[in-house]
Amino acid sequence: MKKELTCVACPLGCQITVEYNGEEVISVTGNTCKRGDAYARTEIVNPTRSLTTTVKVDGGVHPVVPAKSSKPVPKSMMFDCMKVINAASVTAPVTIGQVLIPDILGTGADIVATNND
Amino acid sequence: MINYDLVVVGGGPAGMAAALKAKEEGVEKIIILERAETLGGILEQCIHTGFGLHYFGEELSGPEYAEKFIVQVEASDIDVKCDTMVLDISDDNVVTAVNKTDGLVKIQAKAIVLAMGCRERPRGALEMAGTRASGIMTAGTAQKYVNLDGYMPGKKVVILGSGDIGLIMARRMTLEGAEVKVVCEIMPYSGGLTRNIVQCLDDFGIPLRLSTTVIKTHGRERLEGVTIAKVDDRLQPIPGTEEYIECDTLMLSVGLIPENELTKNVGIPLDRVTNGAVVDEMRQTGHKGIFACGNVLHVHDLVDYVTLEAQLAGKGAADYILGRTPGEAIYVAPQTGNGVRYIVPQKINIKNPNDVKLYFRVGKIYKNARVVVECDGNVLSSKKKVKLAPGEMENVVISADVLASMNDNSTLSVRVEE
Amino acid sequence: MIYDVAIIGAGVIGSLTARELSRYKLKTALLEASNDVAMGATKANSGIVHAGFDAVPGTLKAKFNVKGTAMMAKYCEMLSVPYKNNGSIVVAFSEEEKHTLRVLYERGLANGVEKLRLIDREELVGLEPNIADEAVGALVAPTAGIVCPYELTIAAAENAVSNGVEFKRNCRVTGIAFSDGVFTLETTLGEIKSRYVINAAGTHSGEVSKMIGDDSVEIVPRAGEYFILDKAVGNLVSHTIFQCPTELGKGVLVTGTVDGNLLIGPTASDIEDADDTATTLEGLNEVKRLASKSCKNVSTRNAITSFSGLRAHAKSNDFIIGPSSANDHFINAAGIESPGLSSAPAIAVYLAYLICNDFEKIDLNPDFDGVRHDVFRFRHASDEERAAAIAENPAYGRIICRCETVTEGEIIDAIRAPAGARDVDGVKRRTRAGMGRCQGGFCGSKVVEILARELGKEVNEITKFGNGSFILFDKSK
Repeated sequence: MKKELTCVACPLGCQITVEYNGEEVISVTGNTCKRGDAYARTEIVNPTRSLTTTVKVDGGVHPVVPAKSSKPVPKSMMFDCMKVINAASVTAPVTIGQVLIPDILGTGADIVATNND
Repeated sequence: MINYDLVVVGGGPAGMAAALKAKEEGVEKIIILERAETLGGILEQCIHTGFGLHYFGEELSGPEYAEKFIVQVEASDIDVKCDTMVLDISDDNVVTAVNKTDGLVKIQAKAIVLAMGCRERPRGALEMAGTRASGIMTAGTAQKYVNLDGYMPGKKVVILGSGDIGLIMARRMTLEGAEVKVVCEIMPYSGGLTRNIVQCLDDFGIPLRLSTTVIKTHGRERLEGVTIAKVDDRLQPIPGTEEYIECDTLMLSVGLIPENELTKNVGIPLDRVTNGAVVDEMRQTGHKGIFACGNVLHVHDLVDYVTLEAQLAGKGAADYILGRTPGEAIYVAPQTGNGVRYIVPQKINIKNPNDVKLYFRVGKIYKNARVVVECDGNVLSSKKKVKLAPGEMENVVISADVLASMNDNSTLSVRVEE
Repeated sequence: MIYDVAIIGAGVIGSLTARELSRYKLKTALLEASNDVAMGATKANSGIVHAGFDAVPGTLKAKFNVKGTAMMAKYCEMLSVPYKNNGSIVVAFSEEEKHTLRVLYERGLANGVEKLRLIDREELVGLEPNIADEAVGALVAPTAGIVCPYELTIAAAENAVSNGVEFKRNCRVTGIAFSDGVFTLETTLGEIKSRYVINAAGTHSGEVSKMIGDDSVEIVPRAGEYFILDKAVGNLVSHTIFQCPTELGKGVLVTGTVDGNLLIGPTASDIEDADDTATTLEGLNEVKRLASKSCKNVSTRNAITSFSGLRAHAKSNDFIIGPSSANDHFINAAGIESPGLSSAPAIAVYLAYLICNDFEKIDLNPDFDGVRHDVFRFRHASDEERAAAIAENPAYGRIICRCETVTEGEIIDAIRAPAGARDVDGVKRRTRAGMGRCQGGFCGSKVVEILARELGKEVNEITKFGNGSFILFDKSK
């Protein structure tokens, strides 16, 4: 099988062709650098994305505090993660870097605050 | 009248980096005047990641990037006044500002750094026909509502403009449960980074319509829909291509304009292309002792470059305040050659003993082109670029040696060769 | 409770009339279908105080125009509303049009307009250097001026309420009955009883007069589209520049505004729907084309916004002012299109006279104060005035709208004022917050917050202009 991808590793946006057989990648072509090769392989086997959103805060300056996943989560789980995040709330004060939701849905990624509130 | 060595107008990434650099260079009394309630500027609402890859070598969110500077400012003896608006700057560097606690204050500055940022182009500038319903807003306003205020500004959204803010908001609204129906772009190419098209649109199956614009809004009270249409080479709507799309919200991401009202009032000459001040390599404007950096000077796509530019302005202001400038300047203005829309700085003091980086933007997309720098008829460099795009700022370095070889009749130019 | 007078419509006519009536001991109600005053024809027009040479001598338009214009400066001063006597110029582009100028000149003399002058191209260019090369001559009317129509109306309504008039917003009249000398008005706020009714319902005045069986008021809503350009080009012209009038109106004008912007427009097209203020691509293009005919260097690159205004054109082609043939306690003030704004002060005085004249004895309101006090405008104040204002109220030290330099204190004043703002556009019209080049991009959300706080509401209950024009949906989480 062949799949066309646009690389997101850097602003260049190379058009990459990945040839694969089930779960095994046979070849990666069209990339300009090694990062493109790595991106293409992950994207075929298990695409992941960083998740940025907000979490509800009680008693803070703002009603929500910005947050991100400490590492990329599987792309297919983004909306499931959002459900968990939308149901959560934390109490002020919140400090930048604070873990708000540990190991969200067993992905190994924590949802951490990216600002103080 | 209060006295400060340096007054920095704006406490976003540019203002903070300029103030910190000036402090590091030995300037004593510095104050930052910020109109919002907190330092950080627009970064506070840019909660997505992608900031800091160049400057810090890590991928940060907007607030995280800002926090790295806020902490430094707070640890320093730089004074900060938030919720404070600068109303006027006089010809002799008196800054008039106002806030609730101090009232109207006048500050005599030895030097001033302008770092007011930019604003978004509103609907009115677009000549879009239709009703004046609610639900038509800039992407930045929508971003503030959803990211800081915690309210949904829309449920069914059409976005006009595929610059990075438009793309980022498409993803944000989708993740928060809204339906983003389409992103329209009047140009035949997107102004945003390719990675954002993939991660913000393709990931969620949001269509991007190129050479398409919104020509009419519908709905008496809240927006009920928009009419979109394809445009021709002259960007005019093509009759017969109209299409009605039901939506309750139209977000506009149709350009950023440097906020230069203060700059104009002082009479500082502006560049017609950047809409920012004409500056030298230390970002000094046409008015002695007034410097400008960040998005008020020219709209950047990466905050990392804003930081670097602000540090130059901070250094320039420090040198000016401390009398470290090398006598009377001799300026050479780099010329924009084929394909180059603008260059910042617009003039270089050839007595400057350091390398000077010229930042520039091209006017259209180029594939496998060369960026050629020429000085006095000699090609200094000719660098192959796989891709050049209007949305991505480029730079070339003019070495100190080259500057030293130049005189007041020298010419310097940057152009694109296909 | 029976009112003496119920005025239907809080546009410039209704509001100024309410203020005139508040001089007397009368129970007056000012009823407005929308969430604010000045929401119909008054909201969006050229803002011109016409000299009075357009109307055919002997018409109501001619009569009220010249009188109203003479009153305008004084009224604006009393109500703290900016007025500028900039003068107007009608330009001729051909010998034939020069003939039209002569006709207008003669009409002006017949109507009693003072200081009119016919000038040649050379003098015209001296007065207006940006005039188009094709201009061959002009009629100058030094008595003409400019005013902001909605500011005048807001001020008049505010002053009327201060003097005892009751203002009822979101009060749309849906039916009228009459018995025993009393009108019963069916409204969206319930029944309202009144001895007299003034029909100042603008594009809806035909419908309202039909409610008492008077079919003589025939109104054709006529739309006109405009551009507002940035203050950077606000002084492209110093006078209001007209082209020679046509059947549909006075044509496209180019003028400065009292706030320093440049206004170009309007087009003129009859429409079906009396509330349709949508702009059209064709209309906006027409404005651009025609404005460029008058002046060089008119570029909509500097456009801040575009809008469409409504005019209540009467088929009879004149104002309809006076008691209805169906009921002489029902007084029409209908078909008030240009020069309606200029005529408004004189019309208001006349309507008040009609009512008062009907009473055997009427007492003056001893507490009447026709001056609108304490209007603080930060952007117009001196440094000393600013410092003093902030010392008294720190909210005058917090700038909310940076483009127009509007403070939190002024926004709070606008909300708390009699007949004050209840929505974002209401704040905008009273203070100019959001009226500048960023069009509320930065201050919009802050204005929403202040409105919610002052009105004791949630931010997602705040609207742009009432009804369903809400700005925010639910909390995101």
